[in-house]
Amino acid sequence: MEILIDTILLVLLMITGFSIVRMRSLLAATMLTSIYSLLSASLFVVLDAVDVALTEAAIGAGISTILLLATIALTTDREKPPQRTPMLPLIVVIITGMALIYGTLDMPHFGNPQAPVHLHVAPAYLHDTPGEIGIPNVVTSVLASYRGYDTLGELAVIFTAGAGVLTLLGYRTRGGNSMDPGIRKLLILRVIGKLFFPLILLFALYVQFHGDYGPGGGFQAGVIFATGFILYALAFGLGNAQRLIPHQLLRIMVAFGMLLYIGVGIESMLLGGKFLEYNVLADDPVSGQHLGIILIELGVGITVASVMLMIYYVFRSRQPEGDL
Amino acid sequence: MSGLLGLYNYWIVIILMMTGFYAVIARPNLIKQIIGLFIFQTSVFILFISMANIEGGTAPIIKEGIRLYSNPLPHVLILTAIVVSLATTALGLALVVRIKEAYGTINEDNIHVQDEED
Repeated sequence: MEILIDTILLVLLMITGFSIVRMRSLLAATMLTSIYSLLSASLFVVLDAVDVALTEAAIGAGISTILLLATIALTTDREKPPQRTPMLPLIVVIITGMALIYGTLDMPHFGNPQAPVHLHVAPAYLHDTPGEIGIPNVVTSVLASYRGYDTLGELAVIFTAGAGVLTLLGYRTRGGNSMDPGIRKLLILRVIGKLFFPLILLFALYVQFHGDYGPGGGFQAGVIFATGFILYALAFGLGNAQRLIPHQLLRIMVAFGMLLYIGVGIESMLLGGKFLEYNVLADDPVSGQHLGIILIELGVGITVASVMLMIYYVFRSRQPEGDL
Repeated sequence: MSGLLGLYNYWIVIILMMTGFYAVIARPNLIKQIIGLFIFQTSVFILFISMANIEGGTAPIIKEGIRLYSNPLPHVLILTAIVVSLATTALGLALVVRIKEAYGTINEDNIHVQDEED
């Protein structure tokens, strides 16, 4: 059954992908990209990657669609037909594809438990997590503890990208907190927005703090948190959203999450361990791990949520007044 | 799964990858190129997650009575990669907005023409 769903989802992905490339309207292509993400999120669920599916659904289908729409609003939504004949790119693509398919021929088959990727490291993580870390979700234990350095690096990339967007576009302060008359007409959006805003935030908190036990964690929670505020900004105007979370506060929070993560690392060094060795944080190693993971996941969540929301604010603040 | 069907996932992933690649190299519109890059990225995610899958396995959340779990390591890599992909996409889109303001167009061909005129 799983194979059947997998096959159908992949075919749908392929159809969506082809349609995106063919579309001349960028608005339509953006909406299809959102569907493409949602399909791949469903595929991740079928392939047992629940944490990944949660992230992909929140990011691909949620925030990246909004950012693409914001960019289209600032630029144009029509794509001019290309002047060149697309023969050369087509040939390059077909040759590359053929070479890659040739490369897959000696790959271990899909779902094979004896594939090399399953024989090294992963069994150790699965075997040691209950004893060493004491949390059921192995993805969280690898992400936050065994590979805490990697995650710190990823967080630094997100931090840098946020800083880059801020440097490129700059934040423009704007007067007036009044709601735009265009939004005022969208009664359904406002009612639904009001209803869902607290629920989304509550769900984000659940995903944040339940990440040790079920699918979830700082990355997903941060994105869901930002989505809640973006929905608020869409329904009630940017000015009102900024009264709730001012832009200056976001800048501080972006750095604070990062510092919290590094701070946990330094604290464990001060207590006599290595950088990010949570075992020393509490009396016994397992509670130390618990504490460390909760703290660094919180740092991740704060930085991710603030960067996402900041990027959204920056894009929206570029839009001419009254266009919001 | 046995036979050539066992590579089905990888082949579709390669087709998706090439679809994105084609959009990046054949389309002059910058937003379309970023969408192409997005398709490419997502197909790489699917490739990794497909490799992590074990037939008859379940999601890597430890529970009594379950013996076979999917490989958690690719999940971790891809989870963070997705968030990073959004951050880089946002940076790309910010560049597109700046290019639009500087050149008045987001069509690569027109940008080249303007560059040559200068």
